[in-house]
Amino acid sequence: MNEAAIVFDNVSRFYGDVLGVNGVNLSIPPGVTSLVGPNGSGKTTLMNLMTGLIRPTRGTVSVRGIPPDRPHELFRVVGYCTQFDSFPKSFTGYEFLFSYLLLHGMRATEADRRALEALAQVGLLEAANRKVAAYSKGMRQRIKLAHAIAHDPRVLVLDEPLNGLDPMARAETIALFQQWGEQGRHVIVSSHILHEVDRISDQVILLSHGYVVAEGQIQGVRSEVSDHPIQILVRCLRPAALASRLFEQDHVVEARITDDRRGLAVRTRDADRFYLLLNRLVVESGLQLESVAPVDEDVSSVYQYLIGTQGGAS
Amino acid sequence: MSWKDLAAMPWDLWRRQVAAIQRLELKKNLWTLRAWWIYLLALGPVILTGAHTVIELYRPHGNTLAEDSMVFAGMFQLFYLRLGIFFGCVGIFTNLFRGEVLERTLHYYLLSPVRREVLAVAKYVAGLAAAALFFATSVAASFVLISLHLGTEFREHVFRGPGLEHLTWYVLVAVLACAGYGAVFLFLGMVFRNPMLPAALVMIWEGINPFLPSVLKKASVIFYLKSLCPVSLPPKGVMALIAVETAPTPAWLAIPGLMLVVAAVLAYAAHRARGFEVSYSE
Repeated sequence: MNEAAIVFDNVSRFYGDVLGVNGVNLSIPPGVTSLVGPNGSGKTTLMNLMTGLIRPTRGTVSVRGIPPDRPHELFRVVGYCTQFDSFPKSFTGYEFLFSYLLLHGMRATEADRRALEALAQVGLLEAANRKVAAYSKGMRQRIKLAHAIAHDPRVLVLDEPLNGLDPMARAETIALFQQWGEQGRHVIVSSHILHEVDRISDQVILLSHGYVVAEGQIQGVRSEVSDHPIQILVRCLRPAALASRLFEQDHVVEARITDDRRGLAVRTRDADRFYLLLNRLVVESGLQLESVAPVDEDVSSVYQYLIGTQGGAS
Repeated sequence: MSWKDLAAMPWDLWRRQVAAIQRLELKKNLWTLRAWWIYLLALGPVILTGAHTVIELYRPHGNTLAEDSMVFAGMFQLFYLRLGIFFGCVGIFTNLFRGEVLERTLHYYLLSPVRREVLAVAKYVAGLAAAALFFATSVAASFVLISLHLGTEFREHVFRGPGLEHLTWYVLVAVLACAGYGAVFLFLGMVFRNPMLPAALVMIWEGINPFLPSVLKKASVIFYLKSLCPVSLPPKGVMALIAVETAPTPAWLAIPGLMLVVAAVLAYAAHRARGFEVSYSE
């Protein structure tokens, strides 16, 4: 059993006749992993499976070597920020966390310290003694995040964690995800807002209708989509001259000068050869480059190429 | 499993986790609006017996101690056991898990590192503590209030006669009733999406108990509870004609037997809790 990864081994889950996910085989390494797909694609089902809130109809799941049907072990290492927006009645933000930490078996002094630390981390210290029922949507989202991180887990499962957050809080939260990922934790984030996860993910898992359609580092996934040549935007002083050299190459499908005539949009079937050629041109013919950037090496484009839809992406 | 294995279990952790669950559940069972009608069930007889004692104080020839004892015995068996504690336990125990599903809060527990078996037992104990607090207090208060108008005679009965022993048995039977019915309704709340229909069937079964053959009588909670009551109520009138006489079960058998049933139901509940899934859409 792989004790460093989250492993799905041929996992299927059906809700009666309705498919949740089917035939999922995954091995998720530490770092930030995004589950991407439109509503109903199976993101939450995968998260519920890895946290034991639902059981697979077929196959097995293990989280760092722990099967999810052992919650007393699992939730020592896992924190889950769910989409459920209901809270035990009459709790304040502090009580919500404090009581949860007591359920871990912590003593009151330690639970108190950790609850306050978690509240501080999500910027809710001032609202700690207000009833959760009176919190705004953004505050409820943040208290759920605090709930997920309060016991300092090694695996964070975060279902649409940026929903309802204002831009400032989003930026802070994304920075937190990156920080946790860099610490060697598993940070599993689901989102249907593709440009958000693009910025933070070490790897992505693309889902559609209950199936994993692609997984891995986004560049790797992108390069496998061979029927859609990679688009690269080259900003330079003499785009026409560059274009004439590029047309000699068999891997270049298209080279189009941009409207401002200071850039060249290139579509190539072999990005590696293209970059080598560009290096050679710079050295040999003194080509002056302002910037070189892939245009469609993002989750949104990959998703569109693979699924043929933006999939609810915005 | 050996004693060594048992000793190696994390009892201290479980104790702290059970205490944390008690803290949440007692708050929920005692201090929420959901409990108002259980307060009413427990307070009703207290108010009635209080009113009785006030009226008796002004009556020239009021009830005797023996009459009050029989009235209380009737109230205990017909109201407390068959209605008050029964429905109180329906309200408390069927909601231990089902209520969490309806309020969409079960995941709060299921996302914590608490063994599901510990959760089931802790919830049951919290329900029992709340039910026992409601009804043991009510029984004790009613027992005192119903004969308070007798003054010295009642004090003598309690402190020098069999009164205190009777009171102890009534309270014990009330607590056992909470334990027995609690286990039954915890089970129904875990097995059925709508536990009210099976609860109604249990009520009918317990209600027709006096008319059942002796063998079937023993497959109920009320039979053992009645066996333990300190003052027996012989059937009268038509009831005497159709009721089936069965020798009461002695306390040394009735109490462990009831506890055995509770333990079996709890073991099943704990086993079932292991397979819990969060599916609020049901």
